[in-house]
Amino acid sequence: MSLWVIQRDLLLAIRRRADVLTTLFFFIIVVSLFPLGVGPEINILRTMAPGVVWVAALLASMLSLGRMFSSDYLDGTLEQMLLSPQSLAMLVLGKALAHWLVTGVPLVLMSPVLGIQYDLSADALLVLTASLLLGTPVLSLIGAIGAALTLGLRGGGVLVSLLVLPLYIPVLIFGAGAVEASAAGLGAGAHLSLLGAFLLASLVLAPWATAVSLRISME
Amino acid sequence: MAINWFKYSSPASFYFLAGKMIPLFSIAATILFAAGLYIGFFVAPTDFQQGEAYRIIFIHVPAAWMSMFLYVMMAIWAGIGLAFNTRLSSMMATAIAPTGAMFTFLALWTGALWGKPMWGTWWVWDARLTSELILLFLYIGFMSLQAAIDDPRRADKAGAVIALVGVVNIPIIYFSVKWWNTLHQGATVSVTQSPKMATTMLTGMLIMSIACWMYAIAVILIRTRTIILERERHTAWVGELRGVAQ
Repeated sequence: MSLWVIQRDLLLAIRRRADVLTTLFFFIIVVSLFPLGVGPEINILRTMAPGVVWVAALLASMLSLGRMFSSDYLDGTLEQMLLSPQSLAMLVLGKALAHWLVTGVPLVLMSPVLGIQYDLSADALLVLTASLLLGTPVLSLIGAIGAALTLGLRGGGVLVSLLVLPLYIPVLIFGAGAVEASAAGLGAGAHLSLLGAFLLASLVLAPWATAVSLRISME
Repeated sequence: MAINWFKYSSPASFYFLAGKMIPLFSIAATILFAAGLYIGFFVAPTDFQQGEAYRIIFIHVPAAWMSMFLYVMMAIWAGIGLAFNTRLSSMMATAIAPTGAMFTFLALWTGALWGKPMWGTWWVWDARLTSELILLFLYIGFMSLQAAIDDPRRADKAGAVIALVGVVNIPIIYFSVKWWNTLHQGATVSVTQSPKMATTMLTGMLIMSIACWMYAIAVILIRTRTIILERERHTAWVGELRGVAQ
């Protein structure tokens, strides 16, 4: 059931490639703006890199949340999904995973290249990519709750940032912290394990909360 | 005598009950604030380490307690409203939010005022300060979500979801910020290392806490009454009320 939704959303994304690329280029531009703002001092940039990449990933993932449900809401597909006998939580899980595949995975693939701009070592690049790989699906899953709650509201885009960004904070802390910990010689294992725990917990809880939110928004 | 609690879950009968309770809590709040401030300013001794500046704890600590407690209360009422579809519970949750946000802001503000003479800085990225700031964001998110939705019932339920999600997240956020803080080792000052408190100081603080409680209850009841009137303005009993008032 989820697979069907993922397949459909991916097909839609391929038909509208510009949307995917906009998010990716937003991510690249934000990360590239920081050296221009704080100066080209490479030692400062190296310590900042994980935080900058992660904050940019948070913003990029959040900005694309509006698209998760709104087009389906406008053309009535979402209503049919709510009426369907299948579990809404599973459908929502599919939509969140599709959102991650479309917006999260390109960021993960792009992050090593951006890390090189910041002169990160090979180890740090590996940890950064791994932390993004574990963390970005959590962003899509938590973000789905915010997207469902703000469906069809005026100023939904700004509102969703108020709702979702505070909830992203733990992911940000451990995502950026993993790189710092490995640089400090502590090893990134603990941070990555916690990110994995967030991923598992949000896989179970977030689709359910999103399904409840969708029913509230659509009634 | 058994009291029929469900009677008061109807907004119409709660409106009158709240009207009777508000003066009691207001008076209690006034007396306790007066007593607490008197103890705080005149009875409690000057702290040998922190001088007079420590006296801000008489408002700071109660405000911080209230900020956290009210968020949990808000989530509980909102959750009851969502689960049992009781209108009054959701109204209570909506009424609690501004007071909770006010106490959160007050805790941050007084903390900054205290931090400047004690730590030499207005703001430290300490775990408690950071999580209190995030708590303020959560309150603001709840209030702006409710404000953006025109249909009150949808606003109630959507607010309930975000309040409950927030309540699940608060411990996670708190511990992440704590570990983040120990990793960075930036702020070495901690709020927890306070010296043993003199009994009068403790008494003053407890009285101020109860005063904040009474104040919060009174204000929340007043706000609930306003929300009830606003939402029930088309009903017969509000119409009668208006007739009586005229």
